Amino acid sequence: MGEESQGTRRQGRWETTMTDVRYLVPRTLDEAIRAYAAAGSAARILAGGTDLLVQMRSGVAQPGLIVDVKKIDEMMAIAETADGGFRIGAAVSGAVLAEHPRFGKVWPGVLEAVNLIGSKQVQGRASAGGNLCNGSPAGDSVPAMVAAGATVMIQGPQGSREMAVADVPAGPGRTNLRPGEILVSFALPPRPRGSGDAYLRMIPRTEMDIAVVGCGVSLSLEGGVCVAARVALGAVAPTVLLVEEAAKALIGSRLDDAAVRAAAAACSAACRPIDDKRGTIAYRTRVAGVLLTRAVAIAARRAGGN
Amino acid sequence: MTKLHVSTTINGEPVEFLCEPSDTMLDALRGPLGLTGSKEGCASGDCGACSITLDDRLVCSCLMLAAEAEGCRVGTIEGMARGGELHPLQQKFLEMAALQCGICTSGMLVASEVLLKRNPDPSEEEVRFWLAGNLCRCTGYDKIVRAVLDAAAEIRETAQ
Repeated sequence: MGEESQGTRRQGRWETTMTDVRYLVPRTLDEAIRAYAAAGSAARILAGGTDLLVQMRSGVAQPGLIVDVKKIDEMMAIAETADGGFRIGAAVSGAVLAEHPRFGKVWPGVLEAVNLIGSKQVQGRASAGGNLCNGSPAGDSVPAMVAAGATVMIQGPQGSREMAVADVPAGPGRTNLRPGEILVSFALPPRPRGSGDAYLRMIPRTEMDIAVVGCGVSLSLEGGVCVAARVALGAVAPTVLLVEEAAKALIGSRLDDAAVRAAAAACSAACRPIDDKRGTIAYRTRVAGVLLTRAVAIAARRAGGN
Repeated sequence: MTKLHVSTTINGEPVEFLCEPSDTMLDALRGPLGLTGSKEGCASGDCGACSITLDDRLVCSCLMLAAEAEGCRVGTIEGMARGGELHPLQQKFLEMAALQCGICTSGMLVASEVLLKRNPDPSEEEVRFWLAGNLCRCTGYDKIVRAVLDAAAEIRETAQ
């Protein structure tokens, strides 16, 4: 690439993004919220930046203020709580989460889903909080978090509140966070013995792709009987779906073929996908059931080992 | 426009530079810092040609603001050879023709070095998955993967 072409590109980028942009690195959540709320819709949160910087480069995002939240303790911590649950800072990268000695043992499906986001380079930066707030219906971590029954802690100018992960996405690229609110952390519930989870996605390649369908399953077994289950689907509707009918089909069963077939049918019935070059409506609808069947088998095997 | 003043460490040396708030680390490296070994392929985190380490973690410098380097340790391809002596990965890439046009090479090398520090004896599959974020239009990847495996074996032998 010659000097000339690079100069032209730089100029183009400045024109679209360089209108009085400020960069702030608050040390506390209160400081971050004050600045973020005061700047209104011109402000953007920077966690891993793997979506934001791409949006800035393309001109989709033209922030007046960038609030880098990675120096805020609550947003970068991983803690196993006294009751056996986990609290994960929203800006914790996939690579850091993968290195935690316990998290991947308790929630292997959630960890697999988080670690499917992008390359090793992207894993070094990208966070589950960013994946959720980006609002993509195909975000890999979201169905796994929804299946896990995870909640998020949100803090804003009016104080803090808790919300189910399933309630955060409002549509493609949109969330139900109010102006000035920051997603601070995820809380994963305590895990009963005999529990397991799994996340599978369908992509036409082996790596580095966006889910055509994603399916998260979390379940608990007692004496071979499924006593609790949650099922979530990604990339088959404007938001990630919690499929309660599929969970109902599994609960009370021994995960026999008939029960799993009924759950798979419930998954396909819940799909409201788009038709695009990556997958047709018919294909996505069919694959949702196939992934459910496979994810249940993996989650059940893990539950048996716990 | 107020420029930001950044104090960081690059390849073990303390470095200070000025940048615009929206400059990427790749902009800073290739611009004021004059470290042009990191390449810009896609500028969207897909190709890995701009791979660097940030506090020993592999990242794309195009997906990082230059201002974020404040107080961190940055590693680039320029820090890979020791004096005039090439790193075994660099040597194997040359010997085994694991490059043609060279645009992906520094990113491949930086990414491979991080892999071998974490996993001195990776399988072929592990190398291929680790390098999935580094695209190459020339080699078909096979020579790169073999060079990484050979370099890993050589590093293991030297360490014994």
